[in-house]
Amino acid sequence: MAEDFGSWAYAVAGGMERDWLEAMTGVGGRPVHPVQAAGLSAAVTAVRLEHYGEEPLRRQLEDIGWLEATALTHHRVIETIARRTRLIPMRLATVYHSDAAVAAMLAARRDDLIAALARVAARTEWGVKIYAPQRRDTGAGPAAAAAAGPAPGSPGAAYLHRRRTELSARQDARRAALASADDIHRALGRLAAAVQLRAPQDPQLTGQPEPMMLNGAYLVDDEQSGRFTTAVQSLAERHPAVRIELTGPWPPYSFATVDEPGAAL
Amino acid sequence: MSGADSGASAPAPRQTPFTGPPAIKAVAPPPSPADTPPPPPSSQPARQDRIALIDLLDRVLAGGVVLTGEVRLSIADVDMVTISLQALISSVRAGLPHPTGAGDGRP
Repeated sequence: MAEDFGSWAYAVAGGMERDWLEAMTGVGGRPVHPVQAAGLSAAVTAVRLEHYGEEPLRRQLEDIGWLEATALTHHRVIETIARRTRLIPMRLATVYHSDAAVAAMLAARRDDLIAALARVAARTEWGVKIYAPQRRDTGAGPAAAAAAGPAPGSPGAAYLHRRRTELSARQDARRAALASADDIHRALGRLAAAVQLRAPQDPQLTGQPEPMMLNGAYLVDDEQSGRFTTAVQSLAERHPAVRIELTGPWPPYSFATVDEPGAAL
Repeated sequence: MSGADSGASAPAPRQTPFTGPPAIKAVAPPPSPADTPPPPPSSQPARQDRIALIDLLDRVLAGGVVLTGEVRLSIADVDMVTISLQALISSVRAGLPHPTGAGDGRP
């Protein structure tokens, strides 16, 4: 049994009731149950190592359909528990040898986990993405000019002048957008208990033509959440040079940090 | 114990708190599959889902706590994020000429 199954972990919390978890379907279509130890609880699902061992997992992660379904399941379980209690989400695909191993982890890292839970107590994560302004290419842009070739009586100097003007306007726009992004980030940071700058997302994945300038995560006190989202709205109005996207509320994925000792066990 | 189980509930309202002016787009985290209406049969059904999936993967793959130790079996590390994002990028590319094709994970 212990050879065949591992324990997929979703989240750690101070306490979880079995009946919070029973109604849910976890990874692999299997049930979710709590593991209790040292006054902490972890939500886990028993998964077949044949499919969720390290090597099979690596292969599965390259299957986008599997990844999407699994990420959604993982997130849904975390979000459902987050409605009941504060928690520390586990990264996707964290699998332990057994429930006993999960219990050992809870006991070994008890103080760190309690400290991490205290940091996210009564706080919510919000995501804010800022996109650079879209390029406004006119019909008579450089490409069109180059394709047309030098017109009679219009030497290359005219083209170069036009090109320089365009580049300079583009640089000005970029500088203004950077200043806007900086201003927005500072203003939002003042309303947040903690801030994490994430790597900007690949334009191929965002589906947006504009490059992402900032991908911020903000941990906001619950009583400040209204002020925060209102601030995002008014900052968007004040900075028309950039486009802002707000996501959330999220469980505290970006703020679930525990100091790593050299060897945990 | 020691306050860890006092259970201050995190609010998890589904809807975003404002409808927003045109300048701003509020994107909620992806709804659970049970709440998800079937994708419309028209073309480009996945854009909104795709954006939300990106935000989700951004968090579940790069966020969340990683607790090392011998008991942990899988390695939830940066490599994994790279592998998965490569898979995602190639699926987006593959999906361009065939919006309903394989790799999208949708029927």
